[in-house]
Amino acid sequence: MKNNKAKVRNFHQAKWDEEIIFELDTPGECGMLTPQIEPEIEQLVGDGISTLPQNMKRVRPPELPEVSQMRVLKHFLRLSQQCLGADFNIDIGQGTCTVKYNPKINEVLAGNENASQIHPLQDQSTVQGALEIMYKLESFLKEISGMDRFSLQPSSGSAAIFTMASIIQAYHKSRGQAEQRDEIITTIFSHPSDAAAAAVKGYKVITLYQNEDGLPDAEALKKVVSNRTAGLLITNPEDTGIFNPRIVEFTRIVHQAGGLCGYDQANANGILGITRAKEADFDLCFFNLHKTFGAPHGCGGPGSGSLGVNKKLMEFLPVPVVGFDSEKYFLDYNLPNTIGKTRSFYGAFPVILKAYAWIMSLGADGLTEAANVAVLNNNYLLEKIKKIKGAAAPYAKGRHRIEQVRYSWEPLFADTGITTEEVTFRLADFGFHLWSSHHPFVVPQPFTIEPTESYSKDELDEYLAGLEHVVREAYEDPEKLKGAPYNSVVHKIDHSTLDDPKKWAITWRSYLKKHKCTD
Amino acid sequence: MKKLGLIINPIAGMGGRVGLKGTDGADILAKAESLGAKPRANQRTIEALNELVILKDEVELITCPNQMGQNALVHCGFKPKVIGSVSTGSTSSIDTTHAAKKMLDMGTDLILFAGGDGTARDIYSAVKNSQVVLGVPAGVKIHSAVYACNPPMAGKLASLFLQGKTRRTVDCEVMDIDEKNYRRGILSAKLYGYLKIPFEKKYVQNLKTGSPATEAYYQQAIATDIVENMNDDFYYIIGPGTTTRAIMQKLDLGNSLLGIDIVHKKKLIAQDLNELQLLNKINGKKCKLIITPIGGQGYILGRGNQQLSPDVLKVIGKDHVIIVATAQKINSLQNRPLLVDTGDRETDLILSDYFRIVTGYHESRVYKVTRLVE
Amino acid sequence: MDKRKEFVHPYIPNSVPQVKARMLKEIGVESIEELYEDIPESLRFKGKMNIPQALGSEYDLKRHVEQILAKNRSCSKNISFLGGGCWRHYVPAICDEINHRSEFLTAYAGEPYEDHGRFQSLFEYQSLMAELLDVDVVNVPTYDWCQAASTAMRMAERITGRSEILVVDTVNPDRLSAIRNYCTPVLTVTTLKHDEQTGMIDLDDLKAKMSANVAGVYFENPSYLGIIESQGQAISDIVHSNGALSVVGVDPICLGLLTPPSGYGADITCGDIQSLGLHMYYGGALGGFIATRDEEKFVMEYPSRLFGITKTAVEGEYGFGDVAYDRTSFGVREKGKEFVGTAAALWGITAGVYLSLMGPKGMTELGRHILQKSQYAMAMLSKLKGVKVPRFESSHFKEFVVDFSQTGKTVEQINKALLDENIFGGHDLGGLSKELDNCALYCVTEMHTKADIDKLVTVLSKCLG
Repeated sequence: MKNNKAKVRNFHQAKWDEEIIFELDTPGECGMLTPQIEPEIEQLVGDGISTLPQNMKRVRPPELPEVSQMRVLKHFLRLSQQCLGADFNIDIGQGTCTVKYNPKINEVLAGNENASQIHPLQDQSTVQGALEIMYKLESFLKEISGMDRFSLQPSSGSAAIFTMASIIQAYHKSRGQAEQRDEIITTIFSHPSDAAAAAVKGYKVITLYQNEDGLPDAEALKKVVSNRTAGLLITNPEDTGIFNPRIVEFTRIVHQAGGLCGYDQANANGILGITRAKEADFDLCFFNLHKTFGAPHGCGGPGSGSLGVNKKLMEFLPVPVVGFDSEKYFLDYNLPNTIGKTRSFYGAFPVILKAYAWIMSLGADGLTEAANVAVLNNNYLLEKIKKIKGAAAPYAKGRHRIEQVRYSWEPLFADTGITTEEVTFRLADFGFHLWSSHHPFVVPQPFTIEPTESYSKDELDEYLAGLEHVVREAYEDPEKLKGAPYNSVVHKIDHSTLDDPKKWAITWRSYLKKHKCTD
Repeated sequence: MKKLGLIINPIAGMGGRVGLKGTDGADILAKAESLGAKPRANQRTIEALNELVILKDEVELITCPNQMGQNALVHCGFKPKVIGSVSTGSTSSIDTTHAAKKMLDMGTDLILFAGGDGTARDIYSAVKNSQVVLGVPAGVKIHSAVYACNPPMAGKLASLFLQGKTRRTVDCEVMDIDEKNYRRGILSAKLYGYLKIPFEKKYVQNLKTGSPATEAYYQQAIATDIVENMNDDFYYIIGPGTTTRAIMQKLDLGNSLLGIDIVHKKKLIAQDLNELQLLNKINGKKCKLIITPIGGQGYILGRGNQQLSPDVLKVIGKDHVIIVATAQKINSLQNRPLLVDTGDRETDLILSDYFRIVTGYHESRVYKVTRLVE
Repeated sequence: MDKRKEFVHPYIPNSVPQVKARMLKEIGVESIEELYEDIPESLRFKGKMNIPQALGSEYDLKRHVEQILAKNRSCSKNISFLGGGCWRHYVPAICDEINHRSEFLTAYAGEPYEDHGRFQSLFEYQSLMAELLDVDVVNVPTYDWCQAASTAMRMAERITGRSEILVVDTVNPDRLSAIRNYCTPVLTVTTLKHDEQTGMIDLDDLKAKMSANVAGVYFENPSYLGIIESQGQAISDIVHSNGALSVVGVDPICLGLLTPPSGYGADITCGDIQSLGLHMYYGGALGGFIATRDEEKFVMEYPSRLFGITKTAVEGEYGFGDVAYDRTSFGVREKGKEFVGTAAALWGITAGVYLSLMGPKGMTELGRHILQKSQYAMAMLSKLKGVKVPRFESSHFKEFVVDFSQTGKTVEQINKALLDENIFGGHDLGGLSKELDNCALYCVTEMHTKADIDKLVTVLSKCLG
């Protein structure tokens, strides 16, 4: 069934060949004037600087560029045009990132001065609105997960994972078992932070590889669970999009050994209202507000990772949490065994506000509908992509997926020598992203697509048409792909300098020192 | 100007199509030819050379006459310097060895060779560990880990190395058929030594950028973990391999490189033992075995460490087998399991299980080990 | 069969029943239910989530949320003297303009081709901060100052191989708490005392606690209490002579005026970019920076991404990419340095815009303005009966401790009286230590007019009698 509306666009990305801001430096220009100090003040206190210790007076002003206001604006607007945001493209190629629509009304609400102009240390009677929103969001997350208490403090998914590892450690410490239980188990298809954050806490990390079905094997788990197990950190469905139906067996095995189970719910978008952390017997779970709950990704933050726990772990949560005493909301620092703070203050409030608004707009039925349609969209794509020559969907043959699929270009590679990276760069010529996989590449030549519920069938068909077009090119004219992208912002980037300490330049001044002669 | 050497074993790969295992020796070759086998090595080399054509004017090429390299290079538009001569009729491993030695003396930056395990062994006997080389696969059986996964990849990796875009090298096992065992009807591979090949993770594992941390770094991390956990009550039997070698280096002990050593209370007790000597030494003692995959096929037992016989393994016990491997090595298996082939089916079955592999400091991965029915 | 009733929503295009039906047909299933076949019955949530019904219309949503927010009192309608880790500085309109740009707001993890603008703006942020801090390496932002300081301590541990760190007790208490959690169980955290008169570090205590086991020493300058530490070089010298690293935290808004930590021996500088063009958002807009020299041993220890500039196939074209990517946890999982993920990129871009607008003159003048304003406030407050300000005899920048213990009133009472006059008084420091009982932390920035400060003084004067 060919969709004739699905065209391959004659796309060209904005390309300004814009200088680095320092190259716009014109001595004497200025972008902002600071307010003048009142003359009476200057009369009273003088220039102020004379009171500074001599060695703390900056000798040379910082060598920031001097650029007039409109030029600064133009510069950054041009850079923004050279960036492919979800608002502009069919952003289904960033698998695991859940790049869905970020409603603009939520931006308006976050811009409200009663959201942006409040200080975290204000008397709590003056921020009842902020506390109410946090409290209510927590209540929604409790419903979605079945957990008993949430902290909205962690700044992101990875920060939430670290907080889970901290709580697990604190729990075992309170039982005198922290030294004995020094191992955390995770899987190769979980987010790299599940392993990395545990290692920060000094844990020995054991990673389970997948079996032929693409799932971690309970037999493998049994091999490594022992009285040294502190906990299990696992995603479900994993980045393959395959749901592990034996998850309860996993949590049981770990619990029997005395460990705790943490649920990385970065992949929650397909299961909202369908299955919960509670029924799978998890002790902890977290959600990414900037993925599942419609808050924007912001080029890589700010985000927010809301961490939920069951009753026995409540006392360890970072402080404060938000309480309600039937009359007013308050910041509750009264958690006897809190791990302390993982972030200043209470959490990424603007992100929290946007997530709250997103949930309120959809309601309970809407959340489930979003999950259902995300799964529908994903399986629609799976059905179509499976039929593209050169593409494969490893594991779970003949079965469906939840909200994303880890595909492979291995057949394409075997036929043409074209790699997943080369396909990605050519897709940029049509205004598309395509992401491969976290490392390591267990699936060869991987690509991961997660449509979410935000794109129409026509848009999905357009993306498919793009994929088919590039694949056809790979078979007919592979050299074309090797020089891609052609219609993007820049041409083939030379990455070789970036690993050489003598050549890498992380700042402009470093670049000048290493690569250019200064006049 | 960089110097690139090319040596092709023109008859490599002829055996497979007609059902023979390799083409070592003039009589096997004659058999293959009589069965209608055609030479493949030349064609596969050309696939690799196509990736190097862009460097035509920046690299000096040195090769052997006619079908040993000259033909392929000329076909691709190169103007090579030709050294040595070819024995009349079929070429032999002597020609390969002579050419490689000459190239080493000429200060070649990289020697590209096309062939199979036999060819790798010939190159090794000429240059040992002092020359950077890279194999273009063209033989039927490749246990040696010194080959790229396919000819175009070999070409791409060689190109990167010659442009200075990857500077790291890694030692990889040179394996070849154990003739003694083969004559007895047992197919097994022997570990001959290690050759240096360019290391660019992208072409082994398809990662985004080259790794600033070397394989050696991760091997040291593993060694640190193993040594930290060593128990003075146990005798540690250390199998061959570059990863196990790092453990011996951590303990500041010399090791036999290709053989089995025993360490007790962090001291070297015995070196390069055969099966009988091993059994004598460990009988009645508490021991642990530390092994690592050898060669590119992922064998942890049966290829290159046959001294670890079923009898030896019975004494050690499955629970005392420690497998070490870098994550990169595991991932290069591309989801294939680790393999055992001890020669005894029952032993193999006992070992077919999930094992915890030590992959770094305080890190391990659970991976499947299985026996392969060839 | 789908038992639930239809639900078509503007955010879900394919919620249209006819489209759904067509798609199900193309997949070859009867219902969406079949797509969930891998989730066993026993794991299905059979209840109903107690979440309100969909608000549906955007208008209703807007009214609903605005009604809740209206219960807040903002710093635009009240005069706030609060600081302590989050500060009210002027946010240029262009900062908001760029911060709201859809392209930046909704981009994420594309390649340095189609997301070139993201890479360049973050590279520029790194570069602009580098000038302010006078260093050659700055990271893509991490979560906040707490994270930056905690990571800096772990970096010190990895670089020196030692297992203890010394942290001055005048750092922000949130920082100390986060560092403790982040460093357990790998590092021991020992606190250093401050001089009771000056509030600066007690050098004797530092010398006493310094040893060959110390990986690094952390202090903030200005400190949590606003005090300018003038002994920075002496501290770094003591630290270096013992083979440890000097780690300093700083609020960069002062760096137009004050010497950056790299100027007095800091090996690692960290801090927050909240002052640089970010609204306060209830403490929800934060971004942490970590800065060092460009030496391999430091660069290799960063957990964050580091964007580097390079060339492309076209002469004169700039390209960007990750420096030493395999160093991060994305590269090699637990072998990486700590972990990295979504953090605060958009705030970093915004801070870059801020610094581009302000330029060297702007930052210097702003620094001086804040200095003069806060000195004015201190001078006026010190005229009040029983009030000791500043509590510590040192230079201050932006923040200072006001000691009310001789006034006969508690900070709580005073702040209540101020609140009645639409003033948010300084943060109550009681509970932090005996020394700071009945003291409050006051913050004065360029946003305070002389009239604001005069009003504070008048109201306090009335309250204190």
